[in-house]
Amino acid sequence: MAADIRDSAAEVPPDRPESTLRLQFRRFRQNRLAMAGVVVLALIVLACFLGPYAFPFTGQDADFDAIGQGIDLFSAHPFGTDDFGRDLLVRVLEGGQVSLTIGFVGALTAGVIGVLYGAVAGYAGGRTDAWMMRAVEVLYGFPYVILVILLSLLLGGGNLALFAAIVFTLWLTPAVIVRALAQSLSRREFVEAARAGGMTATQIVLTHIVPNTMPVVIVYGSLLVPEVILAESFLSFLGIGIKEPQASWGNLIQIGTSAMSTDLRLLMLPATLLALVLFCLNFIADGLRDAFDPNDR
Amino acid sequence: MGAATLGALVLLTFFVIRLAPGGPFSGNRRISPEIIANIERAYHLDEPIVMQFARYVWGLVRLDFGPSTRFRDYDVGDILAAGLPYSMVIGFWAMLLATIVGVALGIAGALRRNGFTDYAAGIVGVTGIAVPLFVLAPLMQVFFALRLDWFPVGGWNDGWRSVVLPVVALALPNIAYISRLTRTAMVETLRDNYIRTARAKGIGPARVVWHHAMTGALLPVIAYLGPATAATITGSILIETIFALPGIGRHFVDAALNRDYPLVMGITITYGGFLIVFNIVTDLIRGWLDPRVRDGG
Repeated sequence: MAADIRDSAAEVPPDRPESTLRLQFRRFRQNRLAMAGVVVLALIVLACFLGPYAFPFTGQDADFDAIGQGIDLFSAHPFGTDDFGRDLLVRVLEGGQVSLTIGFVGALTAGVIGVLYGAVAGYAGGRTDAWMMRAVEVLYGFPYVILVILLSLLLGGGNLALFAAIVFTLWLTPAVIVRALAQSLSRREFVEAARAGGMTATQIVLTHIVPNTMPVVIVYGSLLVPEVILAESFLSFLGIGIKEPQASWGNLIQIGTSAMSTDLRLLMLPATLLALVLFCLNFIADGLRDAFDPNDR
Repeated sequence: MGAATLGALVLLTFFVIRLAPGGPFSGNRRISPEIIANIERAYHLDEPIVMQFARYVWGLVRLDFGPSTRFRDYDVGDILAAGLPYSMVIGFWAMLLATIVGVALGIAGALRRNGFTDYAAGIVGVTGIAVPLFVLAPLMQVFFALRLDWFPVGGWNDGWRSVVLPVVALALPNIAYISRLTRTAMVETLRDNYIRTARAKGIGPARVVWHHAMTGALLPVIAYLGPATAATITGSILIETIFALPGIGRHFVDAALNRDYPLVMGITITYGGFLIVFNIVTDLIRGWLDPRVRDGG
């Protein structure tokens, strides 16, 4: 008897089918554009967070001997300085720290809020769902910029208020997407079984609904990162985001555009980096989508 | 349904903006408290907040948005009526251009997948999404206005020539989204059973695409167009700021920063109203196009 069991255990087919996650990961790695995106993005992140240490000054130190210096790769300021003699490259890298941090942390926060809200609404159904979605609809009706300004005023201004305001406006779409998924999941047999087995609603949402929405959430979430970065730089560009002297890609681009008719350099460096990051993130998102949903192509 | 959403929007904006610190008359200038009290009495800001709300709603019923607290002697209704035509002209042409070009690129890409047009459309798509408007628009100003002198840098004094740059700039990101949406939807639709049936019946390829697949491919595009058109027509803040256009877009930021309560309310209501109307129109068109919805399936 015991030998039988051992035998059948040994007969597990050697070419066991790959786990879905493995397969998706492999498919993602075969996507050259997406992998290039990962590499370039990693390099930019490294440069932004480590690069400034390579310079003996910070982005807020003015060098009065080199005000408005142009590009000179072999001087102390390779990409020149701005009107205050601050090193452009260091400022752009420091601005990248702000923009990237807000982008990733913001997307994560907005994603978590949206997933939980959507999962609860979709699983609960009925009147709870109707009211929760009504609230989302009202918030959608707000002009985005006014909502952000009002919220950051309400929260007392500052970077944290800005961050909260951006997150507050961006959790809506994930919530709607997850709610639709949760709605169809909650009618599936395994959820029924869990309910029959005596799991509480909280447990079901956390262990059955949320994990099953993950593939879609990951794909959508990867698009959320560029959205947050864009929102931050958009608001900083309008002068209601990160304020001088702290640098962010948005306010650096704003300074760049006001000087662009004479000197494109101040615009091009931050704009190129921002566009590069957005390119990478979009390629990565495309790669993730193709990996998770091969029928889409 | 739409009216309830709009009502909730009015209620929420009214109270949230008054919760934010500062008021319309708490500027940098030092004014004696008596004068402020007088001004506030003139605008009924000294009354209990519930009374103010009742007064505001009563005004709305008579289509009176109240006086602006920032632009003395102007009613919010006048300000909106003065700016809206400009925003609508720009928004209308931008959306028209975006729809035509976007749908054309999307279909071309879907019909010749991985061909030259597909790659070109893909590049346009990713560029439109990844290069933010506030980088693209200033660059267009530098090249087409300052260097080539084809169009004015900004303003509204050159007839059709002053409309070209803002319209193209505003259309580009929408072209990107629309072409991607169309391509995905077209590829998916061409795999559908009813397309195979049509082909099997011997209907020519052109007719299959234009008469049969077009409907299915356009549905997601129309769903996107609703909110996007509402947002564009009620003013793109960035475009109107960069090109110095007299639309209502610039009021979004200024009104909230100046705590111009009535103007913020007016803009929120205009935006929310447009959004709701366009969503309804979108739903109607989709219902009319989609036989599954039309026949109540």
